[in-house]
Amino acid sequence: MRKILTGNYAVAEAVKLADVEFIAAYPITPQTTIVERLAEMVERGELNAEFVRVESEHSALAAVYGASAGGLRAFTATSSHGLLYMYEMCWWVANSRLPVVMAVVTRTIGPPWNIHTEHTDILTLRDTGWIIAMSENAQEALDLTLLGFKIAEQVNLPFAIGLDGFQVSHTAEVVDVPESLDGFLPKRERFFVIEPGNPITVGGLTENECSMTIRKEMAKDMERVGELVRNSGYVRDYDLVEEYRMEDAEYVVISMGAWCGDMKDAIDILREKGVQIGMLRLRFVRPFPKEFVEKLDCKVLVVDRNYSVGLGGIIATEVKSIANCDVHGIVAGLGGVDVGVDDFVSMFRKFVRGELKGWWP
Amino acid sequence: MECMIAKPSKGAAGKTGLWRTFKPIYHPERCNLCQLCWLYCPENVIDVSEDGITIDYEYCKGCGICAKICVKNAIEMVREEET
Ligand code: SF4
Ligand code: SF4
Repeated sequence: MRKILTGNYAVAEAVKLADVEFIAAYPITPQTTIVERLAEMVERGELNAEFVRVESEHSALAAVYGASAGGLRAFTATSSHGLLYMYEMCWWVANSRLPVVMAVVTRTIGPPWNIHTEHTDILTLRDTGWIIAMSENAQEALDLTLLGFKIAEQVNLPFAIGLDGFQVSHTAEVVDVPESLDGFLPKRERFFVIEPGNPITVGGLTENECSMTIRKEMAKDMERVGELVRNSGYVRDYDLVEEYRMEDAEYVVISMGAWCGDMKDAIDILREKGVQIGMLRLRFVRPFPKEFVEKLDCKVLVVDRNYSVGLGGIIATEVKSIANCDVHGIVAGLGGVDVGVDDFVSMFRKFVRGELKGWWP
Repeated sequence: MECMIAKPSKGAAGKTGLWRTFKPIYHPERCNLCQLCWLYCPENVIDVSEDGITIDYEYCKGCGICAKICVKNAIEMVREEET
């Protein structure tokens, strides 16, 4: 059914469709309207979930940890400072192999206080063991949330879906909402379930080798994610990346998130002028779509809306570690600074001419 | 993942008795069988019967909590070398 939904409401619809049993969250802009909508759904009896109000994000993910360890399908959502506040629990969830799904509505980390989009917040998850997806629009936010529950429960790793603050989270678009899921999300065996009468302790002090073993096991399961995404059986086909006008491309732009829509417009304009340029949009950052980057045989530009002080754009650094061709990185739009189609046209032109520097603006 | 899951078992962290510097010595004549030591022992190594308490020294780590909690002074902590 086609509905007009913001990205945040699209995520809430997905959570409802997935019959989530437990939600705990703490409000933070621009995430708040996801859990507000979910609270309404629970209140109206449309969603039969336990909604736990907590006093912080650390507690939100701790509550979700407990619910998931108890066998429930559990969800939370956050942004920026909220994600940092729950950071310790992010590791607990990952290493305990809990299939939690979380929406991360990307927002700049302060100071200065800033509620607009930047991707540095969600990228703090990249070493934790969470699967990390990044949506381009409201439709993808809904689809990736549903896919998130499926994949997370197949590999027993948590799943984060990124949505650009305001650009996706608060922008209303036409979204195709599946009427029902037709067995897309069956209940699955867990590694463990904490339940009365069967006392266990998870994650206590044990031999050092265990820490190494669990990270190795996580790596193995993370490697299965690409195949599972491609064969998910979802109503729309997905892959770890979107390839846009890549045929015969001599120049390829790599980026992620909402502004990729503007980049595609810029690519269309340049293509009309005869520039052979295309885009590899990362729909997933973890697992990193290595196989797509490895086979590139052209000049690559990575546009990062994030920054690691002392090295550079995070995605550019990762692409450089894998690619077999020239890679140029540019950092742009930090703090939600607007970068539009015209900017991308002149950015890509400069790149083609070999005149592009490392920052925009 | 299995290595991260612990089930209730005896001595999951090895023979904690080896950690001991002080050993709890029981004086049955002072004991009134109140069972506080049994309740407080963090290692769960104290057994109580009608005849008094017994301590499993293989796992008693010598923390001294039983001696501290005993109002009858029926448990005395003594240096290992002196026992
Ligand atoms: S010394 Fe500590 S471990 Fe040993 S019996 Fe007393 S309370 Fe238990
Ligand atoms: S606490 Fe002291 S008096 Fe009470 S049972 Fe233990 S040894 Fe006996």
